[in-house]
Amino acid sequence: MRTVFNKTLIEIAKNDPRIHMILADIGYGEIEAFDEAFPGRLYNVGVAEQNMTGVACGMAMEGNICITYSIANFPTLRCLEQIRNDVCYHNQNVKIVIIGGGVSYGPLGVSHHSTEDIAIMRALPNIVVVVPCDNLEAEAATHAMIEHQGPVYYRCGYKNESDIHDGPIDFKIGKAIPVTEGKDIAIFFTGPIGYDAKIAAKKLEAEGISVRLVSMHSIKPIDKEEIVNSAKNIGKILTVEEHNLSGGLGSAVAEVLADECCVCKFKRMALPDVNVSKVGSQQWLREQYGLGVEDIYNTAKAMVTGK
Amino acid sequence: MDKTRRNELADFAFNVRRNCIRMTNHGQSGHVGSMLSMAEIITVLYNGVLKNVSAEDPKNPNRDRFILSKGHAGCAVYAALYEKGYFPEDWLMTYYCDNGKLMGHISHHVPGVEFSTGSLGHGLPVAVGMALNAKLKNNSHKVYCMMSDGDMNEGSTWEAIMFAGQHKLDKLVGIVDYNRVQALGHSENIADLEPLDEKLKLWGWDACYVDGHDLEALEDAFNAVEENGKPTMIICRTIKARGIPWLEDTVKSHYGFIPDDKVEEAIAGCLAFCEQTKKGE
Repeated sequence: MRTVFNKTLIEIAKNDPRIHMILADIGYGEIEAFDEAFPGRLYNVGVAEQNMTGVACGMAMEGNICITYSIANFPTLRCLEQIRNDVCYHNQNVKIVIIGGGVSYGPLGVSHHSTEDIAIMRALPNIVVVVPCDNLEAEAATHAMIEHQGPVYYRCGYKNESDIHDGPIDFKIGKAIPVTEGKDIAIFFTGPIGYDAKIAAKKLEAEGISVRLVSMHSIKPIDKEEIVNSAKNIGKILTVEEHNLSGGLGSAVAEVLADECCVCKFKRMALPDVNVSKVGSQQWLREQYGLGVEDIYNTAKAMVTGK
Repeated sequence: MDKTRRNELADFAFNVRRNCIRMTNHGQSGHVGSMLSMAEIITVLYNGVLKNVSAEDPKNPNRDRFILSKGHAGCAVYAALYEKGYFPEDWLMTYYCDNGKLMGHISHHVPGVEFSTGSLGHGLPVAVGMALNAKLKNNSHKVYCMMSDGDMNEGSTWEAIMFAGQHKLDKLVGIVDYNRVQALGHSENIADLEPLDEKLKLWGWDACYVDGHDLEALEDAFNAVEENGKPTMIICRTIKARGIPWLEDTVKSHYGFIPDDKVEEAIAGCLAFCEQTKKGE
Protein backbone atom coordinates (compact mmCIF):
# COMPACT_ATOMS: atom_id res chain seq x y z
CA MET A 1 0.00 0.00 0.00
CA ARG A 2 2.83 2.40 0.75
CA THR A 3 4.09 1.95 -2.81
CA VAL A 4 0.68 2.80 -4.19
CA PHE A 5 0.61 5.90 -2.01
CA ASN A 6 4.01 7.08 -3.17
CA LYS A 7 3.31 6.42 -6.84
CA THR A 8 -0.03 8.18 -6.67
CA LEU A 9 1.50 11.16 -4.94
CA ILE A 10 4.06 11.49 -7.71
CA GLU A 11 1.33 11.43 -10.34
CA ILE A 12 -0.57 14.18 -8.54
CA ALA A 13 2.56 16.22 -7.86
CA LYS A 14 3.39 16.34 -11.58
CA ASN A 15 0.54 18.79 -11.99
CA ASP A 16 0.67 20.47 -8.61
CA PRO A 17 3.93 22.27 -7.80
CA ARG A 18 2.60 23.16 -4.36
CA ILE A 19 3.23 19.61 -3.15
CA HIS A 20 6.35 19.07 -1.05
CA MET A 21 7.46 16.15 1.07
CA ILE A 22 9.01 16.93 4.46
CA LEU A 23 10.55 13.81 5.92
CA ALA A 24 12.23 12.76 9.14
CA ASP A 25 14.79 10.33 7.77
CA ILE A 26 12.34 7.55 6.97
CA GLY A 27 11.21 6.12 3.64
CA TYR A 28 14.17 4.21 2.23
CA GLY A 29 13.31 2.52 -1.05
CA GLU A 30 10.03 4.39 -1.38
CA ILE A 31 10.56 8.14 -1.39
CA GLU A 32 13.55 8.40 -3.73
CA ALA A 33 11.39 8.53 -6.85
CA PHE A 34 9.66 11.69 -5.63
CA ASP A 35 13.00 13.34 -5.01
CA GLU A 36 14.25 12.36 -8.44
CA ALA A 37 11.08 13.51 -10.15
CA PHE A 38 10.90 16.82 -8.31
CA PRO A 39 14.30 18.08 -7.19
CA GLY A 40 13.99 20.65 -4.40
CA ARG A 41 10.56 19.50 -3.34
CA LEU A 42 11.63 16.87 -0.82
CA TYR A 43 13.38 17.79 2.40
CA ASN A 44 14.74 15.39 4.96
CA VAL A 45 14.95 17.26 8.26
CA GLY A 46 16.77 14.39 9.93
CA VAL A 47 15.40 12.45 12.86
CA ALA A 48 13.47 15.46 14.09
CA GLU A 49 9.73 14.99 13.84
CA GLN A 50 8.83 18.16 15.71
CA ASN A 51 10.82 20.23 13.27
CA MET A 52 9.41 18.20 10.37
CA THR A 53 5.90 19.20 11.36
CA GLY A 54 6.79 22.80 12.13
CA VAL A 55 8.64 23.26 8.84
CA ALA A 56 5.75 21.66 6.97
CA CYS A 57 3.36 24.06 8.69
CA GLY A 58 5.50 27.07 7.85
CA MET A 59 5.74 25.97 4.22
CA ALA A 60 2.00 25.38 4.10
CA MET A 61 1.33 28.85 5.49
CA GLU A 62 3.03 30.16 2.38
CA GLY A 63 0.66 28.31 0.07
CA ASN A 64 2.26 24.90 -0.26
CA ILE A 65 0.82 21.45 0.40
CA CYS A 66 3.21 19.55 2.64
CA ILE A 67 3.32 15.84 3.27
CA THR A 68 4.93 14.71 6.49
CA TYR A 69 5.72 11.06 6.26
CA SER A 70 7.19 8.46 8.54
CA ILE A 71 6.34 5.15 10.15
CA ALA A 72 3.94 4.22 12.92
CA ASN A 73 3.76 6.85 15.68
CA PHE A 74 6.75 8.90 14.64
CA PRO A 75 4.92 11.61 12.66
CA THR A 76 1.98 11.75 15.06
CA LEU A 77 2.69 11.16 18.72
CA ARG A 78 6.28 12.41 18.74
CA CYS A 79 5.11 15.74 17.37
CA LEU A 80 1.52 15.76 18.54
CA GLU A 81 1.69 19.27 19.95
CA GLN A 82 3.01 20.60 16.64
CA ILE A 83 0.09 18.91 14.89
CA ARG A 84 -2.38 20.34 17.40
CA ASN A 85 -1.06 23.86 17.94
CA ASP A 86 0.57 24.58 14.60
CA VAL A 87 -1.17 22.53 11.92
CA CYS A 88 -4.71 22.07 13.22
CA TYR A 89 -5.14 25.35 15.06
CA HIS A 90 -3.97 27.25 11.99
CA ASN A 91 -5.88 24.85 9.72
CA GLN A 92 -2.96 24.39 7.39
CA ASN A 93 -2.51 22.16 4.37
CA VAL A 94 -0.31 19.61 6.04
CA LYS A 95 -0.97 15.96 5.29
CA ILE A 96 0.35 13.59 7.91
CA VAL A 97 1.02 10.17 6.43
CA ILE A 98 2.03 7.18 8.45
CA ILE A 99 3.22 3.90 7.04
CA GLY A 100 2.35 0.81 9.03
CA GLY A 101 -0.95 1.46 10.76
CA GLY A 102 -1.90 -0.91 13.58
CA VAL A 103 0.56 -3.74 14.14
CA SER A 104 1.87 -3.83 10.57
CA TYR A 105 5.41 -3.82 11.91
CA GLY A 106 4.51 -6.74 14.18
CA PRO A 107 7.79 -8.13 15.52
CA LEU A 108 9.46 -4.71 15.68
CA GLY A 109 7.58 -4.20 18.90
CA VAL A 110 5.48 -1.71 20.82
CA SER A 111 7.45 1.38 19.75
CA HIS A 112 6.50 0.62 16.14
CA HIS A 113 2.84 -0.22 16.71
CA SER A 114 0.42 2.51 15.82
CA THR A 115 -2.49 1.42 17.96
CA GLU A 116 -3.86 4.59 19.57
CA ASP A 117 -3.40 6.98 16.67
CA ILE A 118 -6.98 7.11 15.43
CA ALA A 119 -8.29 8.00 18.86
CA ILE A 120 -5.73 10.72 19.34
CA MET A 121 -5.86 12.24 15.89
CA ARG A 122 -9.61 12.32 15.60
CA ALA A 123 -9.81 14.30 18.83
CA LEU A 124 -8.07 17.24 17.14
CA PRO A 125 -10.19 20.01 15.62
CA ASN A 126 -10.01 20.67 11.86
CA ILE A 127 -8.33 17.38 10.91
CA VAL A 128 -9.67 14.66 8.62
CA VAL A 129 -8.77 11.05 9.49
CA VAL A 130 -8.68 8.51 6.67
CA VAL A 131 -7.71 4.85 6.82
CA PRO A 132 -7.57 3.17 3.40
CA CYS A 133 -8.08 -0.58 3.43
CA ASP A 134 -6.52 -1.70 0.15
CA ASN A 135 -4.67 -0.39 -2.85
CA LEU A 136 -7.77 0.98 -4.54
CA GLU A 137 -8.66 3.00 -1.49
CA ALA A 138 -5.04 4.02 -0.94
CA GLU A 139 -4.91 5.58 -4.39
CA ALA A 140 -8.29 7.25 -4.08
CA ALA A 141 -7.56 8.50 -0.57
CA THR A 142 -4.34 10.12 -1.75
CA HIS A 143 -6.27 12.13 -4.33
CA ALA A 144 -8.94 13.02 -1.78
CA MET A 145 -6.34 14.05 0.77
CA ILE A 146 -4.64 16.46 -1.62
CA GLU A 147 -7.94 17.89 -2.83
CA HIS A 148 -9.08 18.52 0.73
CA GLN A 149 -8.22 21.99 2.03
CA GLY A 150 -6.75 21.55 5.51
CA PRO A 151 -5.02 18.98 7.68
CA VAL A 152 -5.45 15.28 6.93
CA TYR A 153 -4.21 12.25 8.80
CA TYR A 154 -3.67 9.35 6.40
CA ARG A 155 -3.13 5.99 8.10
CA CYS A 156 -1.47 3.87 5.45
CA GLY A 157 -0.87 0.16 5.62
CA TYR A 158 2.51 -1.36 4.94
CA LYS A 159 2.94 -3.75 2.01
CA ASN A 160 1.31 -6.73 0.31
CA GLU A 161 -2.19 -5.94 1.51
CA SER A 162 -4.89 -7.98 -0.24
CA ASP A 163 -7.57 -6.31 -2.34
CA ILE A 164 -10.89 -5.95 -0.57
CA HIS A 165 -12.91 -4.10 -3.19
CA ASP A 166 -13.67 -6.12 -6.32
CA GLY A 167 -14.20 -3.21 -8.65
CA PRO A 168 -14.05 0.56 -9.03
CA ILE A 169 -14.92 2.57 -5.93
CA ASP A 170 -16.48 5.95 -5.35
CA PHE A 171 -14.24 7.37 -2.63
CA LYS A 172 -15.41 10.45 -0.82
CA ILE A 173 -14.19 11.71 2.53
CA GLY A 174 -16.96 11.08 5.02
CA LYS A 175 -18.76 8.50 2.90
CA ALA A 176 -18.36 4.81 3.72
CA ILE A 177 -18.07 2.23 0.94
CA PRO A 178 -20.12 -0.99 1.11
CA VAL A 179 -18.17 -4.08 0.06
CA THR A 180 -21.13 -6.46 0.22
CA GLU A 181 -24.85 -5.93 0.71
CA GLY A 182 -26.61 -7.86 3.46
CA LYS A 183 -29.50 -7.82 5.88
CA ASP A 184 -28.59 -9.93 8.94
CA ILE A 185 -25.63 -7.99 10.31
CA ALA A 186 -23.52 -4.97 9.38
CA ILE A 187 -19.78 -5.34 9.82
CA PHE A 188 -17.94 -2.03 9.73
CA PHE A 189 -14.18 -2.21 9.40
CA THR A 190 -11.39 0.29 8.89
CA GLY A 191 -8.06 -0.45 7.24
CA PRO A 192 -6.53 -3.62 5.84
CA ILE A 193 -7.98 -5.82 8.58
CA GLY A 194 -11.09 -5.54 6.45
CA TYR A 195 -9.73 -8.43 4.42
CA ASP A 196 -10.04 -10.70 7.44
CA ALA A 197 -13.55 -9.38 7.97
CA LYS A 198 -14.30 -10.17 4.33
CA ILE A 199 -13.17 -13.78 4.74
CA ALA A 200 -15.28 -14.08 7.87
CA ALA A 201 -18.25 -12.61 6.01
CA LYS A 202 -17.87 -15.16 3.24
CA LYS A 203 -17.97 -17.95 5.80
CA LEU A 204 -21.10 -16.46 7.28
CA GLU A 205 -22.68 -16.11 3.85
CA ALA A 206 -21.97 -19.77 3.19
CA GLU A 207 -24.04 -20.54 6.27
CA GLY A 208 -26.89 -18.35 5.11
CA ILE A 209 -26.04 -15.28 7.18
CA SER A 210 -26.19 -12.20 5.01
CA VAL A 211 -23.57 -9.54 5.82
CA ARG A 212 -23.45 -5.88 4.95
CA LEU A 213 -19.68 -5.37 4.97
CA VAL A 214 -18.65 -1.74 4.93
CA SER A 215 -15.31 0.02 4.68
CA MET A 216 -15.32 2.96 7.07
CA HIS A 217 -12.22 4.49 5.52
CA SER A 218 -13.15 7.88 6.84
CA ILE A 219 -13.18 8.02 10.62
CA LYS A 220 -13.47 11.78 10.78
CA PRO A 221 -15.83 12.88 9.42
CA ILE A 222 -17.66 9.60 9.83
CA ASP A 223 -20.60 8.46 7.71
CA LYS A 224 -23.51 8.96 10.12
CA GLU A 225 -26.06 8.01 7.50
CA GLU A 226 -24.50 4.59 7.03
CA ILE A 227 -24.44 3.98 10.78
CA VAL A 228 -28.00 5.13 11.40
CA ASN A 229 -29.40 3.24 8.42
CA SER A 230 -27.60 0.03 9.38
CA ALA A 231 -28.86 0.35 12.93
CA LYS A 232 -32.43 0.91 11.80
CA ASN A 233 -32.58 -1.49 8.89
CA ILE A 234 -30.33 -4.31 10.10
CA GLY A 235 -30.24 -3.82 13.85
CA LYS A 236 -26.87 -5.44 14.43
CA ILE A 237 -23.54 -3.70 14.01
CA LEU A 238 -20.08 -5.14 14.59
CA THR A 239 -17.01 -2.92 14.26
CA VAL A 240 -13.56 -4.34 13.46
CA GLU A 241 -10.34 -2.37 13.69
CA GLU A 242 -6.64 -2.88 14.31
CA HIS A 243 -6.50 -0.25 17.03
CA ASN A 244 -6.92 0.01 20.75
CA LEU A 245 -10.48 -0.53 21.92
CA SER A 246 -10.57 3.06 23.17
CA GLY A 247 -11.35 5.87 20.83
CA GLY A 248 -11.12 4.26 17.41
CA LEU A 249 -13.72 3.21 14.86
CA GLY A 250 -15.87 1.40 17.38
CA SER A 251 -15.97 4.39 19.67
CA ALA A 252 -16.76 6.72 16.79
CA VAL A 253 -19.66 4.49 15.71
CA ALA A 254 -20.90 4.20 19.29
CA GLU A 255 -20.93 7.97 19.59
CA VAL A 256 -23.18 8.25 16.55
CA LEU A 257 -25.50 5.52 17.81
CA ALA A 258 -25.82 7.29 21.14
CA ASP A 259 -26.21 10.75 19.65
CA GLU A 260 -28.86 9.56 17.22
CA CYS A 261 -30.69 7.46 19.84
CA CYS A 262 -30.28 4.32 17.75
CA VAL A 263 -31.04 1.10 19.58
CA CYS A 264 -29.41 -1.96 18.09
CA LYS A 265 -27.15 -4.84 18.93
CA PHE A 266 -23.64 -3.47 18.88
CA LYS A 267 -20.19 -4.88 19.52
CA ARG A 268 -16.67 -3.58 19.05
CA MET A 269 -13.75 -5.77 18.04
CA ALA A 270 -10.38 -4.12 18.54
CA LEU A 271 -7.07 -4.67 20.22
CA PRO A 272 -7.51 -4.88 23.98
CA ASP A 273 -6.35 -1.95 26.08
CA VAL A 274 -2.84 -3.35 26.55
CA ASN A 275 0.57 -2.89 24.98
CA VAL A 276 0.94 -5.43 22.19
CA SER A 277 4.07 -6.94 23.65
CA LYS A 278 3.94 -10.45 22.23
CA VAL A 279 6.44 -11.04 19.43
CA GLY A 280 5.09 -12.01 16.04
CA SER A 281 3.82 -11.09 12.62
CA GLN A 282 0.84 -8.84 12.03
CA GLN A 283 -1.45 -11.75 11.25
CA TRP A 284 -0.25 -13.77 14.24
CA LEU A 285 -0.69 -10.80 16.54
CA ARG A 286 -4.22 -10.25 15.28
CA GLU A 287 -5.06 -13.83 16.22
CA GLN A 288 -3.31 -13.57 19.58
CA TYR A 289 -5.25 -10.48 20.53
CA GLY A 290 -8.68 -11.67 19.41
CA LEU A 291 -8.81 -10.15 15.95
CA GLY A 292 -8.36 -13.25 13.77
CA VAL A 293 -10.75 -14.35 11.06
CA GLU A 294 -12.25 -16.97 13.37
CA ASP A 295 -12.78 -14.38 16.08
CA ILE A 296 -14.65 -12.10 13.70
CA TYR A 297 -16.69 -15.00 12.34
CA ASN A 298 -17.60 -16.29 15.80
CA THR A 299 -18.50 -12.86 17.17
CA ALA A 300 -20.69 -11.96 14.19
CA LYS A 301 -22.39 -15.33 14.20
CA ALA A 302 -23.16 -15.09 17.89
CA MET A 303 -24.67 -11.66 17.38
CA VAL A 304 -26.94 -13.00 14.65
CA THR A 305 -27.91 -16.34 16.19
CA GLY A 306 -27.89 -15.22 19.78
CA LYS A 307 -25.71 -18.16 20.68
CA MET B 1 20.41 57.55 15.34
CA ASP B 2 19.38 61.16 15.63
CA LYS B 3 17.73 62.53 18.74
CA THR B 4 14.28 62.92 17.21
CA ARG B 5 14.15 59.30 16.15
CA ARG B 6 15.55 58.11 19.46
CA ASN B 7 12.86 60.06 21.28
CA GLU B 8 10.14 58.65 19.03
CA LEU B 9 11.31 55.10 19.55
CA ALA B 10 11.74 55.61 23.31
CA ASP B 11 8.18 56.89 23.51
CA PHE B 12 6.95 53.91 21.52
CA ALA B 13 8.73 51.52 23.89
CA PHE B 14 7.28 53.38 26.86
CA ASN B 15 3.79 53.13 25.43
CA VAL B 16 4.28 49.39 24.96
CA ARG B 17 5.42 49.03 28.58
CA ARG B 18 2.62 51.18 29.94
CA ASN B 19 -0.03 49.26 28.09
CA CYS B 20 1.46 45.92 29.10
CA ILE B 21 1.31 47.00 32.75
CA ARG B 22 -2.25 48.26 32.43
CA MET B 23 -3.53 45.35 30.37
CA THR B 24 -2.03 42.68 32.61
CA ASN B 25 -3.27 44.51 35.69
CA HIS B 26 -6.77 44.77 34.25
CA GLY B 27 -6.81 41.17 33.06
CA GLN B 28 -5.03 39.95 36.19
CA SER B 29 -2.70 37.86 34.07
CA GLY B 30 1.01 37.18 34.25
CA HIS B 31 4.31 37.41 32.38
CA VAL B 32 4.71 41.16 32.66
CA GLY B 33 8.47 40.75 33.15
CA SER B 34 8.74 38.85 29.86
CA MET B 35 6.90 41.65 28.07
CA LEU B 36 8.96 44.49 29.47
CA SER B 37 12.26 42.85 28.59
CA MET B 38 11.35 42.89 24.89
CA ALA B 39 9.92 46.42 24.65
CA GLU B 40 12.87 47.89 22.76
CA ILE B 41 13.18 44.88 20.47
CA ILE B 42 9.55 45.02 19.44
CA THR B 43 9.88 48.78 19.04
CA VAL B 44 12.67 48.64 16.50
CA LEU B 45 11.02 45.71 14.69
CA TYR B 46 7.77 47.60 14.10
CA ASN B 47 9.47 50.90 13.37
CA GLY B 48 11.68 50.18 10.44
CA VAL B 49 13.13 46.68 10.63
CA LEU B 50 10.03 44.81 9.45
CA LYS B 51 9.49 45.84 5.84
CA ASN B 52 6.13 46.12 4.09
CA VAL B 53 4.31 45.52 7.38
CA SER B 54 1.37 47.86 7.86
CA ALA B 55 -2.16 47.89 9.19
CA GLU B 56 -3.36 49.14 5.80
CA ASP B 57 -2.07 46.06 3.98
CA PRO B 58 -1.59 43.33 6.60
CA LYS B 59 -1.49 40.49 4.05
CA ASN B 60 1.00 42.10 1.68
CA PRO B 61 2.79 39.06 0.22
CA ASN B 62 6.07 40.93 0.33
CA ARG B 63 5.81 41.69 4.04
CA ASP B 64 8.49 40.46 6.36
CA ARG B 65 7.07 37.72 8.56
CA PHE B 66 7.39 37.98 12.32
CA ILE B 67 6.66 35.11 14.68
CA LEU B 68 6.73 35.52 18.43
CA SER B 69 7.71 32.14 19.76
CA LYS B 70 7.59 33.31 23.37
CA GLY B 71 3.84 33.59 23.05
CA HIS B 72 3.34 34.28 26.75
CA ALA B 73 4.61 37.80 26.09
CA GLY B 74 2.12 38.38 23.29
CA CYS B 75 0.68 41.35 25.14
CA ALA B 76 3.79 43.32 24.12
CA VAL B 77 3.09 42.56 20.46
CA TYR B 78 -0.55 43.54 20.90
CA ALA B 79 0.60 46.81 22.44
CA ALA B 80 2.91 47.45 19.48
CA LEU B 81 0.22 46.54 16.96
CA TYR B 82 -2.15 48.95 18.67
CA GLU B 83 0.43 51.70 18.34
CA LYS B 84 0.64 50.89 14.63
CA GLY B 85 -3.12 51.11 14.16
CA TYR B 86 -4.05 47.45 13.72
CA PHE B 87 -7.02 47.64 16.07
CA PRO B 88 -8.92 50.22 18.13
CA GLU B 89 -8.01 51.32 21.62
CA ASP B 90 -11.05 49.70 23.21
CA TRP B 91 -9.60 46.27 22.45
CA LEU B 92 -6.70 46.76 24.84
CA MET B 93 -8.54 46.31 28.09
CA THR B 94 -10.27 43.19 26.81
CA TYR B 95 -6.96 41.37 27.13
CA TYR B 96 -7.37 38.19 29.17
CA CYS B 97 -11.04 39.01 29.84
CA ASP B 98 -14.26 37.14 29.12
CA ASN B 99 -15.25 37.63 25.49
CA GLY B 100 -12.02 39.57 25.00
CA LYS B 101 -10.39 40.36 21.70
CA LEU B 102 -6.89 39.58 22.92
CA MET B 103 -5.98 36.08 24.10
CA GLY B 104 -3.43 35.60 26.86
CA HIS B 105 -0.95 33.90 24.55
CA ILE B 106 -0.40 35.48 21.17
CA SER B 107 -3.17 34.68 18.72
CA HIS B 108 -3.37 34.81 14.94
CA HIS B 109 -6.99 35.87 15.33
CA VAL B 110 -5.62 39.33 16.12
CA PRO B 111 -4.93 41.46 13.02
CA GLY B 112 -1.22 41.65 12.31
CA VAL B 113 -0.29 38.45 14.13
CA GLU B 114 1.13 35.80 11.80
CA PHE B 115 1.10 32.81 14.09
CA SER B 116 -0.20 31.68 17.45
CA THR B 117 2.19 30.28 20.00
CA GLY B 118 2.19 29.65 23.72
CA SER B 119 3.94 26.36 24.18
CA LEU B 120 7.63 27.06 23.75
CA GLY B 121 9.69 25.67 20.91
CA HIS B 122 7.07 26.08 18.19
CA GLY B 123 8.03 29.35 16.59
CA LEU B 124 11.40 28.64 15.04
CA PRO B 125 10.45 25.47 13.11
CA VAL B 126 7.54 27.30 11.51
CA ALA B 127 9.71 30.32 10.75
CA VAL B 128 12.21 27.92 9.19
CA GLY B 129 9.46 26.54 6.94
CA MET B 130 8.54 30.06 5.89
CA ALA B 131 12.19 30.96 5.30
CA LEU B 132 12.71 27.78 3.27
CA ASN B 133 9.77 28.75 1.08
CA ALA B 134 11.15 32.28 0.68
CA LYS B 135 14.48 30.87 -0.40
CA LEU B 136 12.92 28.40 -2.84
CA LYS B 137 10.72 31.09 -4.38
CA ASN B 138 13.50 33.67 -4.26
CA ASN B 139 11.21 36.03 -2.38
CA SER B 140 12.60 39.31 -1.13
CA HIS B 141 11.10 39.22 2.36
CA LYS B 142 12.74 38.00 5.54
CA VAL B 143 11.34 35.87 8.34
CA TYR B 144 11.94 36.95 11.94
CA CYS B 145 11.33 34.81 15.00
CA MET B 146 11.72 36.00 18.58
CA MET B 147 12.48 33.44 21.27
CA SER B 148 13.03 33.36 25.00
CA ASP B 149 15.53 31.59 27.23
CA GLY B 150 12.89 28.91 27.73
CA ASP B 151 12.50 28.54 23.97
CA MET B 152 16.19 27.80 23.78
CA ASN B 153 15.70 24.85 26.16
CA GLU B 154 13.35 23.13 23.72
CA GLY B 155 14.68 20.35 21.54
CA SER B 156 12.47 21.45 18.68
CA THR B 157 14.25 24.83 18.61
CA TRP B 158 17.59 23.09 18.20
CA GLU B 159 16.16 20.77 15.55
CA ALA B 160 15.21 23.89 13.62
CA ILE B 161 18.60 25.47 14.24
CA MET B 162 20.31 22.44 12.70
CA PHE B 163 18.03 22.45 9.67
CA ALA B 164 18.35 26.20 9.06
CA GLY B 165 22.13 26.02 9.14
CA GLN B 166 22.20 22.95 6.92
CA HIS B 167 20.05 24.64 4.28
CA LYS B 168 21.70 28.05 4.55
CA LEU B 169 18.45 29.86 5.22
CA ASP B 170 19.78 33.37 5.10
CA LYS B 171 16.35 34.97 4.97
CA LEU B 172 15.83 33.80 8.54
CA VAL B 173 16.61 36.08 11.46
CA GLY B 174 16.25 34.65 14.94
CA ILE B 175 16.07 36.89 17.97
CA VAL B 176 16.64 35.77 21.53
CA ASP B 177 15.16 37.96 24.26
CA TYR B 178 17.97 36.83 26.50
CA ASN B 179 16.78 38.05 29.87
CA ARG B 180 18.22 34.91 31.47
CA VAL B 181 15.26 34.37 33.73
CA GLN B 182 12.87 31.55 33.11
CA ALA B 183 9.91 30.07 34.93
CA LEU B 184 11.74 28.55 37.87
CA GLY B 185 14.96 30.49 38.08
CA HIS B 186 17.92 32.01 36.31
CA SER B 187 18.81 30.14 33.17
CA GLU B 188 22.48 29.68 34.03
CA ASN B 189 21.35 27.58 37.00
CA ILE B 190 18.91 25.47 34.97
CA ALA B 191 20.26 24.84 31.48
CA ASP B 192 23.07 27.26 30.85
CA LEU B 193 23.05 28.29 27.22
CA GLU B 194 26.51 29.79 27.17
CA PRO B 195 28.42 30.20 24.98
CA LEU B 196 25.28 30.64 22.93
CA ASP B 197 26.83 32.52 20.04
CA GLU B 198 29.57 29.93 19.65
CA LYS B 199 27.08 27.08 19.65
CA LEU B 200 25.06 28.75 16.92
CA LYS B 201 28.13 29.49 14.83
CA LEU B 202 29.14 25.84 15.01
CA TRP B 203 25.83 24.99 13.42
CA GLY B 204 26.23 27.39 10.54
CA TRP B 205 24.64 30.52 11.89
CA ASP B 206 25.85 34.06 12.18
CA ALA B 207 25.31 35.12 15.76
CA CYS B 208 25.99 38.25 17.75
CA TYR B 209 25.18 39.73 21.14
CA VAL B 210 23.57 43.12 21.45
CA ASP B 211 22.24 45.25 24.29
CA GLY B 212 18.54 44.55 23.94
CA HIS B 213 17.55 47.84 25.54
CA ASP B 214 19.80 50.01 23.36
CA LEU B 215 17.61 51.16 20.49
CA GLU B 216 20.49 52.24 18.29
CA ALA B 217 22.50 49.08 18.88
CA LEU B 218 19.46 46.98 18.10
CA GLU B 219 18.77 48.82 14.88
CA ASP B 220 22.40 48.51 13.86
CA ALA B 221 22.35 44.77 14.57
CA PHE B 222 19.28 44.23 12.43
CA ASN B 223 20.63 46.44 9.66
CA ALA B 224 23.87 44.46 9.65
CA VAL B 225 22.13 41.19 8.80
CA GLU B 226 23.43 39.91 5.49
CA GLU B 227 22.10 37.30 3.13
CA ASN B 228 25.41 35.49 3.09
CA GLY B 229 24.34 31.88 3.12
CA LYS B 230 23.76 31.76 6.87
CA PRO B 231 20.77 32.37 9.09
CA THR B 232 21.36 35.01 11.73
CA MET B 233 20.65 34.98 15.45
CA ILE B 234 20.64 38.28 17.28
CA ILE B 235 21.03 37.51 20.97
CA CYS B 236 19.62 40.46 22.86
CA ARG B 237 20.93 40.87 26.37
CA THR B 238 17.92 42.15 28.23
CA ILE B 239 16.69 42.54 31.78
CA LYS B 240 13.47 40.91 32.83
CA ALA B 241 10.83 43.49 33.84
CA ARG B 242 13.10 46.31 32.64
CA GLY B 243 11.69 49.63 33.76
CA ILE B 244 10.25 48.53 37.10
CA PRO B 245 13.24 48.67 39.44
CA TRP B 246 11.80 46.49 42.20
CA LEU B 247 10.88 43.72 39.77
CA GLU B 248 13.88 43.73 37.46
CA ASP B 249 15.75 40.45 37.02
CA THR B 250 13.38 38.51 39.26
CA VAL B 251 11.67 35.19 38.76
CA LYS B 252 8.64 36.74 40.42
CA SER B 253 8.17 39.03 37.44
CA HIS B 254 7.33 35.98 35.35
CA TYR B 255 4.16 35.59 37.39
CA GLY B 256 1.28 37.73 38.41
CA PHE B 257 0.52 41.31 37.53
CA ILE B 258 1.24 44.70 39.00
CA PRO B 259 -1.39 45.29 41.70
CA ASP B 260 -3.66 48.31 41.51
CA ASP B 261 -1.75 50.29 44.14
CA LYS B 262 1.55 49.79 42.33
CA VAL B 263 0.49 50.45 38.74
CA GLU B 264 1.26 54.18 38.66
CA GLU B 265 4.57 53.62 40.44
CA ALA B 266 5.49 50.95 37.89
CA ILE B 267 4.55 53.21 35.01
CA ALA B 268 6.58 56.01 36.57
CA GLY B 269 9.56 53.66 36.65
CA CYS B 270 9.12 52.93 32.98
CA LEU B 271 8.81 56.63 32.23
CA ALA B 272 12.04 57.29 34.07
CA PHE B 273 13.73 54.58 32.02
CA CYS B 274 12.30 56.18 28.89
CA GLU B 275 13.76 59.52 29.86
CA GLN B 276 17.13 57.89 30.47
CA THR B 277 16.95 56.41 26.99
CA LYS B 278 16.17 59.78 25.50
CA LYS B 279 19.20 61.26 27.20
CA GLY B 280 21.33 58.48 25.83
CA GLU B 281 22.15 57.16 29.27
